[in-house]
Amino acid sequence: MSDSLSKLEKRTAYTLVLPAVLLVFAIVLFPIFANVWISFKDIELKDIRIPEPRAKKIVKSISENQSELKIIYKLRNSSLIQEIRNVQFQDKFPTNISPINLDPRCNFKSKKVICNFGNWQAKYRENFEITIQNNNGEIIDKKTIKLQKPILSGRADNPLLTTNFTLVNFKKVFYENNFVELLLTTFYFTFFGTVGAIVFGILAAQLVNQNIQGRTYMRGILLFPYVGPVVALAYTWTLLLDPNSGTLNALLVNFNIIEQPINLLGQKYINMSILGFEFKLRLALTTVIFFEIWRYFPLAFLFILARLQAIPQSLYEAADVDGASPIQKFIHITLPQITAIISILFMIRFIWNFNKFEDIFLLTGGASGTRTLPINVYQQGFAVSDIGMGSAVSIVIVMLLISFMIIYFKLIGKRANES
Amino acid sequence: MNLKSLSIFLIISSFFLTCILSIWKIMATLQGLNFNNLNTTHVFLIGILVSLAFVLIGNKINHLIKIFSLSFLFSILYFHLNEASPYWYIFGVFLITLFFTNKLKKYSTQSLKEDFISEKIIFDFITLFGIVFFAFVILFPFYIMLVTSFKTQIALLVNPLDFSLDFSKSLTELFKSYFVIFETYNFGRYILISSAVSIGTVIVTLLFAIPAAYAVARLNFFGKNFLSTSILIIYMFPAIVLVIPLYTVFSQLGLRNSIFGLLIVYTATTLPVAIYMLQGYFKSIPKEIEDAGIMDGQNWFGIILKIIIPLSLPAIASVALYVFMIAWNEFLFSLMFLDSPKSFTLSRAIQYLSGDAETPRQYLMAGSVIVTLPVLFIFIYFEKYLVSGLTAGSVKE
Repeated sequence: MSDSLSKLEKRTAYTLVLPAVLLVFAIVLFPIFANVWISFKDIELKDIRIPEPRAKKIVKSISENQSELKIIYKLRNSSLIQEIRNVQFQDKFPTNISPINLDPRCNFKSKKVICNFGNWQAKYRENFEITIQNNNGEIIDKKTIKLQKPILSGRADNPLLTTNFTLVNFKKVFYENNFVELLLTTFYFTFFGTVGAIVFGILAAQLVNQNIQGRTYMRGILLFPYVGPVVALAYTWTLLLDPNSGTLNALLVNFNIIEQPINLLGQKYINMSILGFEFKLRLALTTVIFFEIWRYFPLAFLFILARLQAIPQSLYEAADVDGASPIQKFIHITLPQITAIISILFMIRFIWNFNKFEDIFLLTGGASGTRTLPINVYQQGFAVSDIGMGSAVSIVIVMLLISFMIIYFKLIGKRANES
Repeated sequence: MNLKSLSIFLIISSFFLTCILSIWKIMATLQGLNFNNLNTTHVFLIGILVSLAFVLIGNKINHLIKIFSLSFLFSILYFHLNEASPYWYIFGVFLITLFFTNKLKKYSTQSLKEDFISEKIIFDFITLFGIVFFAFVILFPFYIMLVTSFKTQIALLVNPLDFSLDFSKSLTELFKSYFVIFETYNFGRYILISSAVSIGTVIVTLLFAIPAAYAVARLNFFGKNFLSTSILIIYMFPAIVLVIPLYTVFSQLGLRNSIFGLLIVYTATTLPVAIYMLQGYFKSIPKEIEDAGIMDGQNWFGIILKIIIPLSLPAIASVALYVFMIAWNEFLFSLMFLDSPKSFTLSRAIQYLSGDAETPRQYLMAGSVIVTLPVLFIFIYFEKYLVSGLTAGSVKE
């Protein structure tokens, strides 16, 4: 009895879960594996369409009496790189009309011209002609002839499914792609973006956690950058930072803080000197990192605030009795309580910043030294339209992500063992 | 009185005052006032005087009279030391000083002797400063977005600092950018598409997620643990990695430039987090209520429809709002899959608009306001639900 019940339970569970699992599998998991496949193929964007035989029909009069017509079919193979095998052609004609001097590849049967064109090479083109006449000698209506579309069919391999593999994409990724700089930029962006977001998140959470008026409003306002659409926010920032008539530069020049407008998003390096140390700062990258911090510190803030509010007030009261200073309270009470959430946030933000595409794409398009791995996927796959190479970069991203997760869980596991 | 804590108090408080007044001056400059100097030293010095006077006067006169007279004095000094400015500006200075002196209330010659008073002063003013700073830094871009949409390109090129609205113009003139983007750039259509895609995604996601979440929360089946852990792992894998294979497959299937294709992708990418959020809530519903339903002869479908859904409406609402926001804000897939203006979403349309260097910036900003406003309204109105959604669904942007 209970056995059949648990069987029923299992069956119900699978019917309930299956639709969702299948959908996620098709759209999220399958592409990750498909990337591996594509990355080993030398394939470009224009090659992904399955080759098709195509025909354009042109009808011409050849005699005065219009009882004879010439039809020209401009035939071609839609693909520039692949052949189509066994191309079949079929066109239908009205009653009483028959072709004259039909091409030997074709025959006429029950009002239809059927041809067997054999194999078409890549880029194949042919002007194929049929002359038709009306058996009664009457005028043939050009329009009805023209409206009847020929049917073509043929067999071609899906370029994605062929089995000729190559390592050329990976060679290009590692040797012809400034790979080291790409990797460094990505890590610079990811690391500082993450740390910045968490630091500002802690600061903001600490502020809002005090007893101040309008605390709930403040929490709402702080989340604005996180909930707003990227497109709108990125373009607002681009306008704000524009060197020619952007508000920020205009303000700084107006108050004599700088002499010349600075192209914050378009300049790769800027020479800085702090305390006599001269160094070059990655300007555009730093600006993009600031945007990133601005947009994502709210998330860190929200989590840390939730944790702060859960710290028992009695801990602070006890510290007050012991005569602890505000700084001591922060270091000895608050900080240990939020380290766990910070480490989780660090991982989440690190991985998400590592994958960040939209923000950089909209702000700089990957120019002026802001080319990160995700931007490179887009550039290779769609700007240069080398999707094989784009996939290879995706694979590099996936491999790095997996290793981050392994490292992270190793570290977390270790700490769990220690405590 | 401790001299060290007094001087820290004076410096920090006056520094804070200088900061807010500078922000006020910047905002006034953006209204077209011709200021070329922040005059921070002047403000800082008279700020110190005000703070000092405040502490020295102490309780000798009523607090209200004290702050009003001090602010008044400060404003007059400020007026004389700075360049000519209109009265509304000085009135703003007066209000800010009033706010500032009121914040000084808890400091007196007595309190400056307490333990750790220097640290407390620093903490207090850093809190105040921090709140003003964060509010300013966050709201400023939104403010620029809004006011730019009411200006014209030429006016902004002539004086990029003048964002004042010219109310002498007619309303149609003022809202011209909005009329233009609706009439010339077809934004009405894009709003419809964006709404259809977002609402569609919410409905389909819920249809898939509620049964799946129920199964994960309540039923025993092989692979359940694997499923619930892989939900989160799947979420760590980013959209950019999915783009090339999906693009190729969608091209071959003719799903590019279709709202349906976009809807499938949005649903699949939001499903894991929706399931994760819902199953957490379903687990918190007492099992006894369902047992009563089973006694009544309800099947699983009936239980979900008649017991689970009515009991978890708040959680469903927060998932729905959260998914709506993700779908409404989504950009990457709409960039990849849509290249015909007939099927653009709002985000994609704005990006397309910006691709043309000739497009005046006020149109771009008007478009940005249109895409931002609904999300902000939803967020403000349903903040409570959304915050719980955000914390639960934190894994996903």
